[in-house]
Amino acid sequence: MLRRIVAIGVAAGMVACAPSGAPQPGQGSRLADAREAAQRTFVPPGQQDEFYLFYSGGHSGQVYVAGVPSMRHIATIPVFAPYAATGYGFDEESRKMLGGYTWGDVHHPAISKTAGDYDGRWMFVNDNANNRLARIDLRDFKTRQILGPIPNSSGNHGSYKGVLSGIKIDSATGEMTMGWQIVTPPFDWDLAATGREISRDWVVWSSYNTERATGRLEVTASQRERDYITFGHWRRAAAAAAAGKGKIVGGVRVLEPREVSGMMYLVPLAKSPHGADISPDGRYVVGGGKLAPYVTVYEFEKFLQAVQANDTIGSEDGIPVLRYESIKVAEVPVGLGPLHTQFDDQGYAYTSLFVESAVAKWKLGPFTGNDSALVVAKMPVHFSVGHIVAAHGDTRHPVGRYLISMNKLSKGRHLKVGPSQPESSQLIDITGEGMTMLYEAYTEPEPHFAQLVRADLLKPIEGYPKAENRDPNAIWAAADARVTRRGNVVEVKMYAMRSYFSPGELEVQQGDSVIVHLTNGEQERDMLHGFGVAGYNINLVVDPGETKTVAFRASTPGVWPFYCTNFCSAMHQEMQGYFLVKPRAGATASAAEPAGN
Amino acid sequence: MTLAAWLDQVISPRARLAVLGAGVFLILAPFFPLWQITMFAGQFPEGLRLSIYAHQLVGGNGGADLQGINILNHYIGMREIHAADFVEMKFIPFALGMFFLLGLRTAVFARVGQVVDLTALFGYFAAFSFGAFWYRMYSYGHQLDPEAPIKVAPFTPPVLGHQHIANFDVYSYPGLGSVLLAVFVLGLGAILFVEARRHGALRS
Repeated sequence: MLRRIVAIGVAAGMVACAPSGAPQPGQGSRLADAREAAQRTFVPPGQQDEFYLFYSGGHSGQVYVAGVPSMRHIATIPVFAPYAATGYGFDEESRKMLGGYTWGDVHHPAISKTAGDYDGRWMFVNDNANNRLARIDLRDFKTRQILGPIPNSSGNHGSYKGVLSGIKIDSATGEMTMGWQIVTPPFDWDLAATGREISRDWVVWSSYNTERATGRLEVTASQRERDYITFGHWRRAAAAAAAGKGKIVGGVRVLEPREVSGMMYLVPLAKSPHGADISPDGRYVVGGGKLAPYVTVYEFEKFLQAVQANDTIGSEDGIPVLRYESIKVAEVPVGLGPLHTQFDDQGYAYTSLFVESAVAKWKLGPFTGNDSALVVAKMPVHFSVGHIVAAHGDTRHPVGRYLISMNKLSKGRHLKVGPSQPESSQLIDITGEGMTMLYEAYTEPEPHFAQLVRADLLKPIEGYPKAENRDPNAIWAAADARVTRRGNVVEVKMYAMRSYFSPGELEVQQGDSVIVHLTNGEQERDMLHGFGVAGYNINLVVDPGETKTVAFRASTPGVWPFYCTNFCSAMHQEMQGYFLVKPRAGATASAAEPAGN
Repeated sequence: MTLAAWLDQVISPRARLAVLGAGVFLILAPFFPLWQITMFAGQFPEGLRLSIYAHQLVGGNGGADLQGINILNHYIGMREIHAADFVEMKFIPFALGMFFLLGLRTAVFARVGQVVDLTALFGYFAAFSFGAFWYRMYSYGHQLDPEAPIKVAPFTPPVLGHQHIANFDVYSYPGLGSVLLAVFVLGLGAILFVEARRHGALRS
């Protein structure tokens, strides 16, 4: 959808709106000399990157892990779509978690925080398409929970009423449960950021289409010069829900803003805002109006004063609208199509400019009225940047150093790969006054937000200790393998080890329900074993010390080989067996139907 | 002084303390590996480690390395290495306790002859244990399953030093436990030397 805006931006003559004092693209920024860039991004074989980049894979449904500064893709964490490479979506646990969906639209990964800084425990991501949330455990980089589809809400864009959802997270286990919801006017809700220190009890949301339009939104939702950024007091919402206010709709306690005083305020924000970001110290809120040539900086203290003074200019369905001029401290002319803002450790902010296809670097104060002097540099990017991410750039203590521009269009900068084009992500050095372009990589479709986190913060395990395996069907020796028949249910405890399966042959009758619990008895790093069954659309990949279960119906008679799909040893190809499905009396053998289920 | 007379001499109070001190090393030894075998290969840059204690076998990496070594060995038909098969692990802790009691006896009754007995018996025990260890390694490397997927010529894994086996560099060296035992026996030797000089036994 955003791609269409390129045309509008130019057609609307927004170029002419750019204040003359602001830096033009390229100013204060440079392309690193090739040797210098190579030295700064080259991570020699056997050495490791300094940062993890977790970037959302958009409608691929997955999260990708890369190293920075090398930008090398390291791993894919399947979340909302099956991923045969790790057997995700084939075993019972992950299949149930996916709930029948085979895709999702991952937009915003968020690493869990304690006191405003990443604690490295979990990463939460959303599915924009089906309104779900997932939790990835950063101890093993595995998706452990998918919550949703969240009731009363359908996607983040457009509906008869807007709905904002508060999700409760168990701070010991990371388990998510539905908290409460706030029903709002039928705006399109976009991004959220939670506060810190002075703003700690608050969350800000951006919204567009405050025209409440339907039909052709690109026109109808772009009529007002200002939409809103919303300040919500999430503690008051939680307290109101706990006190039984609102009503239960679809199993969730839904609050009306007019019934809970002090829970929600609207503040005008220039046209069709996208990003809503809070400065590291929690004092400022930066809103990017994507069809305006500047970002608005609000001061949180002034917001609280305006609330105190009831400094309103009206209301929307009972939600007070506060006076813009009382709260904003700057309109920083960063350029055309400002979307998202990140922060560094030197007091600079960075804003992505979609229309202008650049990243602006600007000073986060002091705000003296000379707003255009705040912009210090601009770096053209290729092309049409959406999100940007700086190291710990949305935390209390940003690390600085690197910024990655995740561009929506690559437009043939890469080797030609046909019409289906990858996206591009560019690594920018942000130390010092300006910006230096270092490197670019082609990222899986389609990165939205990302998290760039110091590698030493995460300490993932590299195998599951046997003692930790709580699966009642785990076995730790070939001799303990069992095939048990109860009626027409055949349950198998199978053992995988270099380089054999035990049992290596399974015999069942056509129509039997087959349940295979496969334990990988290895304790050695990287000794994964796969279990692919020909003709039955089954591929498990079991990590060292892990047990996975697959259940299927032996629908098609025949002799079906199974084998280890994940290369393990010199005898990997010998690691195979067969699954014999004897035809039921009267039934005839037919071609395999993939499924079995 | 004749040798027989010297053996009946009482050792000095300081030597008694030294015997007790040496005994402490004996007691500490079981807490550390007696021997360590480490195997390196390209895909095992951190090595697979096996620590042999007086009473147990401990694989590196939280125990996983022992299983890893057994998995690799099964390709050449070597028996699985299990602590339960090491009869030495039953007698060595017992023997160490016995030697400590003998040490106490020596410290109390304090005859030179008792120090000599203790030293000689311990020397025999150490040599026997090392021989048993060598024979165990020899057996593992020579009693290979004839149906193994990979046929290799029978071999003796290194008992002391380095050996290149297939894609592995194998290092086998005494651990801190053995060093402590060595201190114990060398301590006894030093006591005897000092006592011999004190009694003039070396001159006659």
